[in-house]
Amino acid sequence: MPLITYRKALNDALAEEIMRDENVVLMGEEVARYNGAYKVTEGLWERFGDKRVVDTPISEAGFIGMGIGASMLGIRPVMELMFWSFAYVAWDQIINNAGQVRYMSGGLINCPIVIRGPANGGTNVGATHSHTPENFIANTPGLKVVCPATAYDAKGLMKTAIRDNDPVCVMENTLLYGESWEVPEEEYTIPLGVADIKREGTDVSLIAHGRAVITALKAAEILAAEHGIHAEVLDLRSIRPLDEEAIMKTVCKTHRAVLVDENKPFCGVSAQISSMIMEQCFDELDAPVQRVCALDAPAIYSPALEPIQLPTVQRIISKTLQIL
Amino acid sequence: MPSPTEDEVAVDPVDFSKAEVNANLTPDEKMGILRQMLRIRRFEQVSLKYYNQGAMGGFLHLYIGQEAVAVGTVSLLGKNDHVITAYRDHGHALSVGMSMNECMAELLGKATGCSRGKGGSMHFFAPDKNYWGGHGIVGGQTPLGLGLAYGLKYHGLKGCALCFMGDGAVNQGAYHESLNLAALWKLPVVYIIENNKYSMGTTLDRSSAMRNCLAERADGYGIVWDIANGEDLYEVRAKTANAMRRAHEQSLPTVLEIDTYRYYGHSVADANAKKYRAADEIERYKTHHDPIRLWKKRLLEEGVTTDAAMDAMDNEIKLEANASAEFALASENPSPESIFEDVYWEVDNNTEAGNTGRHFFGD
Ligand SMILES: Cc1ncc(C[n+]2csc(CCOP(=O)(O)OP(=O)(O)O)c2C)c(N)n1
Ligand SMILES: [Mg+2]
Repeated sequence: MPLITYRKALNDALAEEIMRDENVVLMGEEVARYNGAYKVTEGLWERFGDKRVVDTPISEAGFIGMGIGASMLGIRPVMELMFWSFAYVAWDQIINNAGQVRYMSGGLINCPIVIRGPANGGTNVGATHSHTPENFIANTPGLKVVCPATAYDAKGLMKTAIRDNDPVCVMENTLLYGESWEVPEEEYTIPLGVADIKREGTDVSLIAHGRAVITALKAAEILAAEHGIHAEVLDLRSIRPLDEEAIMKTVCKTHRAVLVDENKPFCGVSAQISSMIMEQCFDELDAPVQRVCALDAPAIYSPALEPIQLPTVQRIISKTLQIL
Repeated sequence: MPSPTEDEVAVDPVDFSKAEVNANLTPDEKMGILRQMLRIRRFEQVSLKYYNQGAMGGFLHLYIGQEAVAVGTVSLLGKNDHVITAYRDHGHALSVGMSMNECMAELLGKATGCSRGKGGSMHFFAPDKNYWGGHGIVGGQTPLGLGLAYGLKYHGLKGCALCFMGDGAVNQGAYHESLNLAALWKLPVVYIIENNKYSMGTTLDRSSAMRNCLAERADGYGIVWDIANGEDLYEVRAKTANAMRRAHEQSLPTVLEIDTYRYYGHSVADANAKKYRAADEIERYKTHHDPIRLWKKRLLEEGVTTDAAMDAMDNEIKLEANASAEFALASENPSPESIFEDVYWEVDNNTEAGNTGRHFFGD
């Protein structure tokens, strides 16, 4: 299987869906002629032209809202937020319009829109540019949210997101764009709501999403090599819908769980997972569920400190050792 | 055409040196203006060198080419006049009197930085100098500038808020809402659009619908507007002075669009910096429209100074800029505990409120 970058996998997914469905249109700041601020849309404007790949002014509320409106008429807009951090400018459109219109119309309307872009800290761009709003989105029934951790997942989830008939938020990661994974040449999709075991293990379950999966995998390697502990790594992939069954299955297998989450701890995704484990397989637990989250403060700029604000391999290992 | 107004101070359309604010400038003050522009340029050139060496992270948006805008406008400010801008903020920061040391240290994320290493390049602040940032979200500062004006009016102070923004920021809803409020409530805010003709790689005509210019949109709100040539320091000062007078005397807003140009890419990381505009366009601006070069020429023509004196000043400033890098490199990183400082005032000040209930959550 060819090795391709997370960026290229997304690019391929977008290109394939543009070709597959004439209603798919990409839109966002600098996505066309500039090839995207992070080059995810590289070459697409050249290939597909002005109608399918559209540069927008810096008007997030306007163009995201416009995409939601257009989706009500059957257009399938794939809207890029240069950073998910800029979604707050368009928050009313995303939460109130994309999130609620189906319910409030008694099911008469649906919004097949994708809103995508990077949502991560760790690049020293300061508090305004480092948000991870997947927990906020997941807190809104009516919206879906996925956080791919590998190129393979990024491509498969993006294609499914575009074909989905509800609003789907795809949260990517600038630190993963340049990383490569094996991706098959033949077409595939990954259903929303299906987690993936990225590493089998028996002693403890490391449950994560997005780049935290990569951090968890590194921790699992060290746990095995240096401590003889076999950690299973479960990648949630999709936050809402959530693969509840896979979570319970791994916890019932290992009887211990460490949740790794780049969200802040208060009402982060891992808080929900933790509560579900407690409710549904309390008797299976041999130790309290542990969490490793971002340190609870706005994202610090200082390049010397930001790396320790996000979950580190070291913190995962020490949390794991505490319960084994 | 800019809105004709009765309060306009008559100036020679060709030579703004005769405008009152400029005619009264002393030779020392004129040299001070040169000094400030050179300080911005040399500071940023040194910062660029260290950015390229990997001494700082994130983005570095350089102001080089636009110096006359920040220096010209800020040179007019009095005690109750305030400044707020976007992420391209080093020029305004130095203009209001922030030191190179605290600015360079912030770029390197050090504890001695103006924001204690927490904000970085896009988030410089100095409230003691009436400088309210340094804002990373495009257009996000525009209602804040309005709020500064509201605060001034509420306190009964004769002052104004200069709110700077890029030509790309004019398309954010927050700006339009702010214009309506500014006009409706007669707030002393001056919106200064630094039109450098690009928002990242997007040219003006691909991002903004307009009749003739961006400032003209203010017409719809009944706000007085004007345009200025940002390479001419005298013009910048003359037109800003008019706007500030309107704010001070009548508590009215103004939109002032200042034509300018950035020499570097959108940020240093802008991989396309030389793709969306022709190399000779950049050269043309550097050669014919450079605000520092033009100001120097002016000072020579006026007999204010000599080449030798200006060179000496420049050398001194280069030393200051290099010294700021030394200072920043030698400074300590913030401590890990400081991550949890500066989040809540009540907690930082150890008040009863700050000690009631849990404010921070572990994992
Ligand atoms: C809400 C929001 N959207 C997008 C961005 C990304 N971004 C930062 S600067 C910029 C271009 C702004 O151009 P302009 O307003 O002309 O200012 P200039 O950079 O030319 O000073 C963009 C798109 C952002 N920071 N915030
Ligand atoms: Mg601009």
